[in-house]
Amino acid sequence: MTSAFAALDLELIAMQLFSGVALGAVFVMLALGLSIIFGMLGIVNFAHGNFFMVGAYAGVFVMERTGSFWAALLVGPLMVGALGLLVERFLIRPLAGRSPDDPLLLTFGLGYVLVEGVRILFGSDGLPFATPEELSGVADLGIGYFPIYRLFVVGVVALVLVVLWYGLERTRLGLIVRAGARDPEILRVLGIDIQRLWLWVFGLGIALAALGGVLAAPMRSVNPEMGNVVLGEAFAVTVIGGMGSLMGSVVAGLLVGIVVSMTALVAPEMASIAMFAFMALVLLIRPQGLFGKPGLGV
Amino acid sequence: MIEQGSRHGSVSRRTLVRGLAATGALAGIGMPFVARAAEPIRIGFPTPVTGPFGAEAKDQIRSAELAVKQFNEAGGLNGRMAELLVRDDKLNPGEAATRTLELIEKDKAHFIVGALSSAVQLSVNEITRSRKVLYVSISQSDTINEAKDFSRYTFHEALNPHMTTAAVAKHTFKKGTRVAYLAADYAYGHEMLRGFKRAAAAIGAETAGEILHPFGAPDYSTFMPRLRSMRPDILCICNFGRDQANSIKQANDFGLKKAARIVVPVLLHNQRLAGGADAFEGVVGASNYYWRLEETVPSAKAFNDAFRAAYANAIPTDYGAYGYTAVRSLLMAVKAAGDTDTDRVIAALEGLTYDVAKGPERYRACDHQAIQSVLITESRKKSEMQGEADLFRILEVEAGSEAALRTCDELGHRA
Repeated sequence: MTSAFAALDLELIAMQLFSGVALGAVFVMLALGLSIIFGMLGIVNFAHGNFFMVGAYAGVFVMERTGSFWAALLVGPLMVGALGLLVERFLIRPLAGRSPDDPLLLTFGLGYVLVEGVRILFGSDGLPFATPEELSGVADLGIGYFPIYRLFVVGVVALVLVVLWYGLERTRLGLIVRAGARDPEILRVLGIDIQRLWLWVFGLGIALAALGGVLAAPMRSVNPEMGNVVLGEAFAVTVIGGMGSLMGSVVAGLLVGIVVSMTALVAPEMASIAMFAFMALVLLIRPQGLFGKPGLGV
Repeated sequence: MIEQGSRHGSVSRRTLVRGLAATGALAGIGMPFVARAAEPIRIGFPTPVTGPFGAEAKDQIRSAELAVKQFNEAGGLNGRMAELLVRDDKLNPGEAATRTLELIEKDKAHFIVGALSSAVQLSVNEITRSRKVLYVSISQSDTINEAKDFSRYTFHEALNPHMTTAAVAKHTFKKGTRVAYLAADYAYGHEMLRGFKRAAAAIGAETAGEILHPFGAPDYSTFMPRLRSMRPDILCICNFGRDQANSIKQANDFGLKKAARIVVPVLLHNQRLAGGADAFEGVVGASNYYWRLEETVPSAKAFNDAFRAAYANAIPTDYGAYGYTAVRSLLMAVKAAGDTDTDRVIAALEGLTYDVAKGPERYRACDHQAIQSVLITESRKKSEMQGEADLFRILEVEAGSEAALRTCDELGHRA
């Protein structure tokens, strides 16, 4: 009897760890775009969660017209990414050279505009978004059951990470991007159009937020306020990992997922707070975050 | 600058005086009746327009406005019109208290109706009780019935967790049934949980385990392994609004529905829409109102028809209906009382039996709880839906009865 209990508990803990990693993958997805934009442009994007929400709605929009989840997954983020390009060109860029608070305030206000815009276009009620047929159902992992769709999300996040890593570390464009993050002045002297680079990096960051939104749509209900919680989560992960560090986002995202999941096992009502308690703890020991450079200020 | 300012000031003041005089004269000549008509009957309506219960709040407002419109079209109180003053309480007890105070002090509201969260309504009740203003609450709560929170100014039109959970448990729990609970960690979740466990004890059902989740959590995946390991026959999910749609959807994704039946205290129309038919299929819960009640209850038919006519063929929802039943019963009492005097309206409400949407209802004397029917509904399978709005099947209508409530003694009311 006791041994059966122990086996069950071990399985439960293993399952809980796995849930934490899977949840962490979602957090990584949320933090990536935020981190890329901060690392390159030095902009704290307060509308990040709302772009995530707009991404989910873009997914619904495409899904309704094409009936294909795959089209939604591809076209949705592209649409929102294009919106990101417009935002950078016409709203962010004119603020260049002004106080770093200005883009922060701008994105803060933009977040409200996005929420209201979606309320006007799609209503304030939530919309349903069914799990795609081919990805629904549960898989037996040996230690317990897990939704196939969530396994798919983990796969997509891993794929995005590989592509990003390859693009940044192994291509000429990646070299320019990395150089731009370190010293934009020199890059400009070398005759590289840094403005255009910033434009595309911002667009990429927004498209990643939107991809997160489309991926989340079948797991959560799609509603205008769904980005608010996400913004807090994305910030916590980015701050823990170190603002602007991609590696930091990945490690912190997974860690936060595990912390939340393990807390849910022992003290479920504390699950949300655990993330921020963990953040406070990390910041006490390493104010710059796990992978952040000290003294990096906006 | 100063000179200019003062000149502007005097001009606008003069204009204002002239304007006032003109309006007065016009009213005196053209509309003697309106000019003499007394001030409107003002009903303050705090409700969480923004936030996770926004969809339910919006329906409450539409239904409450319909009740006001019907009252006014029927001539009001001898020509005295009613008006609804909607305020966003942002689902925050502090915000609700401020808005309610404003409604009473600044807007001179005669009555307060509304609030959509158990914690928020208690905060509204604090204010109305201390200001001696009549308040009709339309959010589920047990504590508001109890002597320590109750006052003679407090009316509770909504169902309460005790009657809701007892009705659901009666239809789903059996002796020996293993029930696992997932409840939101705030007043609503706690009260529903308490209600179910009390009902379970009476029936002989077992508690397999319970998990409290943070209010407003978007992801429930981390609770699923433990819920599954409890091996329940019934998974009882006690939360509200978007939490309900998200948790049911994710419990379904994790395959929990294959092993256990999902039961909720209140099965919400808007959350079923947001969660989708597949995720909600077979979920059983209670409700104060469902539009297909119109097939058996004439007043439901009349309410639906009026709602359809006013709002482009839309149908009223459960929490929306509260806005209607509460405001209509209040205005019926105002009419019976003959004016807006709080004491006379209280007496009229206490003596009122009204049937405006779901069969006869009346307020019990000791705690002002509305005695009313409880619907047990089950979410339909997609292929069995007859039209887009055909979300639920009514399994049973528990007729309103005082036996469904805790006794006045139990609540601490002295006879």
